[in-house]
Amino acid sequence: MKIKRVKITPILFMLPTVLFLGLFIYIPLIQNFYNSFFEFSVFSQTKEFVGLSKFKQLFADGVALTALNNNVKYAIISVILQVFFALVLAAILEDKFFRRFAQVFRVIYFMPVMISISVIALLFGFVYNPQIGLLNSFLELIGLEQFAKPWLGNSTTAIYSVIAMSQWQSIGLITMLFIVSIQKIPKDLYEAAEIDGAGKIRRFFSVTVPQVKEATFVNLLVTVTGSILVFNEPYILTNGGPGNSSMTLAIHMYQTGFVKDDMGYASTLASLIFLLSAVFALIQIKVSKTGKEE
Amino acid sequence: MIKTNVKKSTFPSTVPTNKIKIPIQTRITKNIVFLGLLCFAIIILYPLFWMFISSFKSYQEIYSNVWALPTEWKVENYSLAWSKGISSYFINSVYVTLSTIILTVLIGAMAAFVLSRYKNRWIDAALLFTIGGLMMNPQVALIPLFEILTITNLIDTHWALILTYVAYRLPLTIILIRAFFLTVPKELSESALMDGCTEFGIFWRIYLPISLPIVVTSVILTAYFAWNEFLFATVFINSSELKTIPSGLMVFRDALRTDWGVLLSGMVIATVPMIVLLIFLQKYLVRGLAEGSVKG
Repeated sequence: MKIKRVKITPILFMLPTVLFLGLFIYIPLIQNFYNSFFEFSVFSQTKEFVGLSKFKQLFADGVALTALNNNVKYAIISVILQVFFALVLAAILEDKFFRRFAQVFRVIYFMPVMISISVIALLFGFVYNPQIGLLNSFLELIGLEQFAKPWLGNSTTAIYSVIAMSQWQSIGLITMLFIVSIQKIPKDLYEAAEIDGAGKIRRFFSVTVPQVKEATFVNLLVTVTGSILVFNEPYILTNGGPGNSSMTLAIHMYQTGFVKDDMGYASTLASLIFLLSAVFALIQIKVSKTGKEE
Repeated sequence: MIKTNVKKSTFPSTVPTNKIKIPIQTRITKNIVFLGLLCFAIIILYPLFWMFISSFKSYQEIYSNVWALPTEWKVENYSLAWSKGISSYFINSVYVTLSTIILTVLIGAMAAFVLSRYKNRWIDAALLFTIGGLMMNPQVALIPLFEILTITNLIDTHWALILTYVAYRLPLTIILIRAFFLTVPKELSESALMDGCTEFGIFWRIYLPISLPIVVTSVILTAYFAWNEFLFATVFINSSELKTIPSGLMVFRDALRTDWGVLLSGMVIATVPMIVLLIFLQKYLVRGLAEGSVKG
């Protein structure tokens, strides 16, 4: 009697999770791959099997290539700024010279992380505005008006303007994560290095960097995965434009499905996004697991 | 502090100090670095400050002089923003966020309890099933979820958001809470079992109360996600009166073409609850972000 009761509790307790994940995560995943082989629209009852033709379309799709290219740019810039720059920033803030001000700076840098991306993106609409924008009027103020331009309306600058905004928002987050792991480094390592005559820069490279290796790797993966999935920022600021110059894979997928009503091809694009991001997510799960358990 | 600085820079080698000697070169570097930190702080703060200040201006004033402080502080921008739609987006956001938090933390804690207390083949499989959920992203699931929600008639209801938010927050929440549950001493539950406590009692009376800190962390991470989520909120909800703040702001922008002061007030209103919540509970948020290593 007792044994039976012990066995029923875990099943009851696990059931909601299995249902939620099954219905809203695993079935959609399978459904998405299945949809990639069909031609259908939002309101059509029937799906027409088209085999691999949606995948062929993918290889001939110039917009997808532009989008992929933009996602790669996003990833490279984010890795440099959010992983490298944030680590340096974290190390500076943890330095005893700056301890006194570190608390204030930390709170300031972290502030944009707390704000909804739709608010941030609308705000940067004002920053980049060609007539009244803060950026252009600032350039004018310091006498660099020849560099003023319609940042979001220009096909060469649009994607970089979007990327810049993302960096502005998330550097504080990665910095904070680095600060947390720097604080876990045993103090005597630094003391030993100092006695050996290592300067600050030397100590950064031979103590801090190796000690936060795992955090760096996880932050790297998180940043790259985020860059593959990026949707909100370019969607609100430019909607992928002008032309397709600031298109990302997720926006292309959204527009193909919900604007052009080609759900089959949109599913193919979603499958591509999944494959790209799943690789990094898998590595991340592997890495964080080895670090955490036992 | 200033005094010693002056002394040192005038007679760097002659004045002996009883404090640690700092070479002049280091001090210059230090000041340059400090200036860098300050510049970066201004770059971060200024746009936010501008948003706040401009939310009290009229369109003409924003347009004619972006930098100036408002000549007349138009507090009515806020009441206009509130009455023109923000109030209903706000209530919807509160409703969706609270429901998501309650379901996610409760269901997540139950699963974490099972996954931390039992050990057999099925439990391993369930753990893998949960962790695997981390690999999925809202972007990828958008179209199939749209189909599923349409078939079940849930599209354009708050449940479309609540149910999907819960599903996407569960894996991380379970992993966080489970890591904490694993540290609960076995003796506690064993002695409770001896006293005739049921498994549910152990969960409810021992594990949950002991794990309050990690539960708070999970609540904040979930609140932050549900309050700010944009993609699902845009695609799954069509009716303007059901929209949450992030997607509602887009409607707001389109409706208010030139009423920028009012739009900015709406943006400030959307921001305040999270800032307040997180200033008070930042410790828990940072811990959750560090342990889960997740982006927003």
